[in-house]
Amino acid sequence: MANALIHAPKTAKRGEVIEIKALILHPMETGFRPGTNGRIIPRNIIERFSADWNGEEVFALKMSPAIAANPFVSFFVVADRSGTVKFRWSGDNDFLVEEQVAIAVE
Amino acid sequence: MRRLRTFLVLAGVFVASLALAQGDPRRSSYQDMGPALQKMQDDDSANPGMLFVQAGEEAWNAKAGSADKACADCHAAGSMKGVAARYPAFAKESGKPVDLEGRINLCRTEHQKAEALAAESKELLQLTAYVARQSKGEPIAPPDDERLDPLRAQGETLWKQRQGQLNLSCASCHDANAGKKLAGATIPQAHPTGYPIYRLEWQTLGSLKRRLRNCMIGMRVEPYAYDAPEYLALEAFLMKRAQGLIDDAPAVRP
Repeated sequence: MANALIHAPKTAKRGEVIEIKALILHPMETGFRPGTNGRIIPRNIIERFSADWNGEEVFALKMSPAIAANPFVSFFVVADRSGTVKFRWSGDNDFLVEEQVAIAVE
Repeated sequence: MRRLRTFLVLAGVFVASLALAQGDPRRSSYQDMGPALQKMQDDDSANPGMLFVQAGEEAWNAKAGSADKACADCHAAGSMKGVAARYPAFAKESGKPVDLEGRINLCRTEHQKAEALAAESKELLQLTAYVARQSKGEPIAPPDDERLDPLRAQGETLWKQRQGQLNLSCASCHDANAGKKLAGATIPQAHPTGYPIYRLEWQTLGSLKRRLRNCMIGMRVEPYAYDAPEYLALEAFLMKRAQGLIDDAPAVRP
């Protein structure tokens, strides 16, 4: 089960700068660590995180093995129109999680 | 004159309460963390423990076992307030003391007719986190039950007993040297106020048992098995020792 937590304001004033925070459950295995049997544990990370506001990409992030497990991302956007923000995390082993929130702009 | 006397009495009470608060030398591990970690713990959108709480809420409402009952079918929403702050306690069903994880598993086997969840399994941690979160802000309140006294005494003996290749006891660090540094880290007083904790070193959520095992490995003691009664004794002693401190589960710890 995908397990993500998103915090964004439900309403905003037009032109307001809002903070959006997204947290997701993921081991972010680096691919450099040996397991208990001495063999390298295969890499398993999220490679890309993106946020689309009504289909337009407003934030994207490329992740690397140095990022800790359960990555927490926080970013700011200018709220200029009402709509849905779609979040997408994609990575190794066909990892794909999509979540969305609605933000009403007055 | 009368007003002056009232003022003096009130001032006296105020000073006495201040002295009491300052006279308590106990510090929650929360107070020993830096402001960045404290902020991470306090912000529900940044505290990774909340991922487990969210999943635990789903598990709480999901039916399980041959009785086809969910936790929520017996327990009203929000009824778990303060529960995590008073365990370990005696269970009615078994007549034995149990910790919170044990209580959850008793509910599963006795009432849901489901299999007990394995120690440190994701499902058990999620349910524990969901229950423990409802005690956030409550004072630790071990039950006033004299049947627990022998267990607490056993826990205190274990706490003070030197063991392992380094010949250390829990008390050698957490009583005698708390507040000083071990390598770069502050030695905490080891009050179990925020379990299950999200420990940055683990990069996941873990129980008090896992934390105790960590310490034992550090002391070069062979850790007890997960179902050993020693954990319960230590936990009962530690909760009594932390009585009155504020529960902050799910805590973030370095």
